[in-house]
Amino acid sequence: MEATTLQKTPTAARSIDIESMQRGPKLNMANEAICLEVKDFNLFYGSKQALHGINMKIAKNRVTAFIGPSGCGKSTLLRCFNRMNDLIDTVSIEGEMLLDGNDINAQSVNVADLRRQVGMVFQKPNPFPKSIYENVAYGLRIQGVNDRATLDKVVESSLKGAALWDEVKDRLHESAMGMSGGQQQRLVIARAIAIEPEVLLLDEPASALDPLSTLKIEELIYELKAKYTIVIVTHNMQQAARVSDYTAFMYMGEMIEFGSTDELFTNPSKKQTEDYITGRYG
Amino acid sequence: MSNKSFSSWYKSGSPWVWLNAGAVSISLVMVVGLLLLIAVRGLGHFWPADIMSITYNDPDKKSITLVAEAVETEVVSAARLQKVGVHLPEGQVTGERHLLKVGNRDYFGLDFLWINRLWMGETTYPEDLVAIERREWGNFYGYLTKVKQQGEVVATGDEAWDELQKRLERSNSLVAEIKDIEKNEVGKINHGLEELRLQKRQHELDGLPEGSLAYHEIEQERKQWNVRYQGLQKQLADLYAALNRDQIMVAISDGREVELPLAKVIDIYRPNSMNVLEKLGFYFKEVWKFISGEPREANTEGGIFPAIFGTVMMVMIMAVLVTPFGVVAAVYMKEYARQGPMIRLIRIAVNNLAGVPSIVYGVFGLGFFVYFLGGNIDEIFFQAKLPSPTFGQPGMLWASLTLAILTVPVVIVATEEGLSRIPRAIREGSLALGATKAETLWRTVLPMTAPAMMTGLILAVARAAGEVAPLMMVGVVKLAPALAVDNIAPYLHLDRQFMHLGFHIYDVGFQSPNVEAARPLVYATAFLLVLIIIILNMSAISIRNRLRETSKASEN
Repeated sequence: MEATTLQKTPTAARSIDIESMQRGPKLNMANEAICLEVKDFNLFYGSKQALHGINMKIAKNRVTAFIGPSGCGKSTLLRCFNRMNDLIDTVSIEGEMLLDGNDINAQSVNVADLRRQVGMVFQKPNPFPKSIYENVAYGLRIQGVNDRATLDKVVESSLKGAALWDEVKDRLHESAMGMSGGQQQRLVIARAIAIEPEVLLLDEPASALDPLSTLKIEELIYELKAKYTIVIVTHNMQQAARVSDYTAFMYMGEMIEFGSTDELFTNPSKKQTEDYITGRYG
Repeated sequence: MSNKSFSSWYKSGSPWVWLNAGAVSISLVMVVGLLLLIAVRGLGHFWPADIMSITYNDPDKKSITLVAEAVETEVVSAARLQKVGVHLPEGQVTGERHLLKVGNRDYFGLDFLWINRLWMGETTYPEDLVAIERREWGNFYGYLTKVKQQGEVVATGDEAWDELQKRLERSNSLVAEIKDIEKNEVGKINHGLEELRLQKRQHELDGLPEGSLAYHEIEQERKQWNVRYQGLQKQLADLYAALNRDQIMVAISDGREVELPLAKVIDIYRPNSMNVLEKLGFYFKEVWKFISGEPREANTEGGIFPAIFGTVMMVMIMAVLVTPFGVVAAVYMKEYARQGPMIRLIRIAVNNLAGVPSIVYGVFGLGFFVYFLGGNIDEIFFQAKLPSPTFGQPGMLWASLTLAILTVPVVIVATEEGLSRIPRAIREGSLALGATKAETLWRTVLPMTAPAMMTGLILAVARAAGEVAPLMMVGVVKLAPALAVDNIAPYLHLDRQFMHLGFHIYDVGFQSPNVEAARPLVYATAFLLVLIIIILNMSAISIRNRLRETSKASEN
């Protein structure tokens, strides 16, 4: 069976993969520490079901990518990890979603606390109309940290963590609205890591950026996984192949295939996955 | 062919451009025309016009000399002139008539006079004609002949003018001193005595037996106040005696020589001998007197400072009341309330509230604020003062509150629109950082909405400053004895009635006994009202622009 799939795999998909193949030892979910676990998860917009029986595990300190055609539910799933869907009145859910073994949808969970543990970066850069410094310090100020020295330290380390420090260290107190799109997106990442979350959710973080900025974000993701568990939604398969360790392919609200990126791109087990990554539809 | 070119011209869109540009220019012409009219009519009044001396030959009466300022000229038909007994020469269909301000109301009875061009004789502008601005009875025109002290002549002829200047300065400073004492010192004593009366009444209400120590103390204090008052009275009597020392003799147009006490003179000038620069200086002095002075003579003379002060203060108190209230209501409606038919109904109701005629708000303010709220406040806190009301009568606070209710829909609508313009991404960004909804609102959304709130406030201020009808019921009066801010504790007296420019225009224009004297003041006051609304709006706009600088994001 493996042989037949291999035969069908087009050369294009293979060539994407060369980079990720070189990354090192083969990944296996069985050896990973589990950060997030999704069990039989269904989601409804009113009466319309958007996610169907999702089951998956997300490994600690790895990059997990969600790919799939538009409207397949990958962003919806991502937004469940920090309960962003709570903001939409019509959404209802079934099933479990565990962060370090605890159900994040339990009554006792404080949503604000959850979101401090599970940070999020959106598709379009959304800095606040404040100074660069205040943008990064925002999360801490919410937590009541107002000590200047602590804030200075965190702002510096977060901006360094987001590879932005050198570009902005002389204009920390200027408005963030004057930065370029790529810089703004890295600022938003710095803002998210300033409160030291466990998990970082990236919802198509580079889709509104130029190729050079995209490259910088990708490099950043690669560095960030040492400290954070990263879940990224992307339309760009090359990007998924380049940055992720695990990839999930979703289609029509269902998780079609989930496995290590190497495996999924070189040797997809489902026909739909193969069709998608070879560009036959989606 | 021409049909085709018309249709292509029509299709090119240029008719629309012309139509739009035409509409804009008509609006512009209307605004500029309105401002020009009231500015010219109003501000022209302060220019020191030349005084003429005219021989006037009414064929039915004996020939007289008139000393007057020209006010306006009118062209009337021969038929109309014929009705009043003026027969124009053959062939002439229109005649001119002039309105003259002859002043000297106490001697002539009328200070304005229409005369016919036809009967006007020689007109001269003698340099030594003086115009006298008086504290009462309006202007006075004539030739200065003598200056007297205690009835003794001290200067005549040319010397009289120079002598007068010194003495006028002295009398004006004496008047200022007397006014200061009467207003501040005597006012304080009156206030102190009133306080004592209230204390005594309160003791009586509390059932304190007669002859107890408290009454004795009050009596002691009252005596002290009375001693102070007697001291002041003596001081005032001396000042009045000093003030009444000088008199001037003035020859008026009918040949009589009359005596004027210098105490009644505010200013005396010779417009015919002034050059343009002097006139300009005099003009600005007059404008300043108008802006900073208090009204005299049933509002037809003097300044309008109390009205300016009342208008600005009322609008500011209104702004302070309406902004938090409107913003809080809008935040609830937009952010917290479940968006259903109920909130839609409320929104429609709020929008319709803006269309309720303002006089209805006046009736509401009178019934609810003044009688109900104010009446209850008086019952509870100011019982000693009853039956004379404190808050149970129209006043500054109730007027501001009434206008706040009138303008709150504007603030709510503007704030709601501002809130809905904040991008979802910004709210989500804040929530994703672990902020609660309240923190997101407080730290990010509301600061970004501030420009929209200011827009609401600007509209509210513009509406409130121009409102007159409801104010007549809840606090505006023709003449307020005191400003709402003074030097008697607690310094801010929101229970007091106040003057308002809009009402002042109505009062001077329609309720004045002296129409001709009042008319230029109507224009001048109207111009000033427009100016003040512009200034209030400009300052609000500049604050908004500064806020916008800091929250540019709401634009993209």
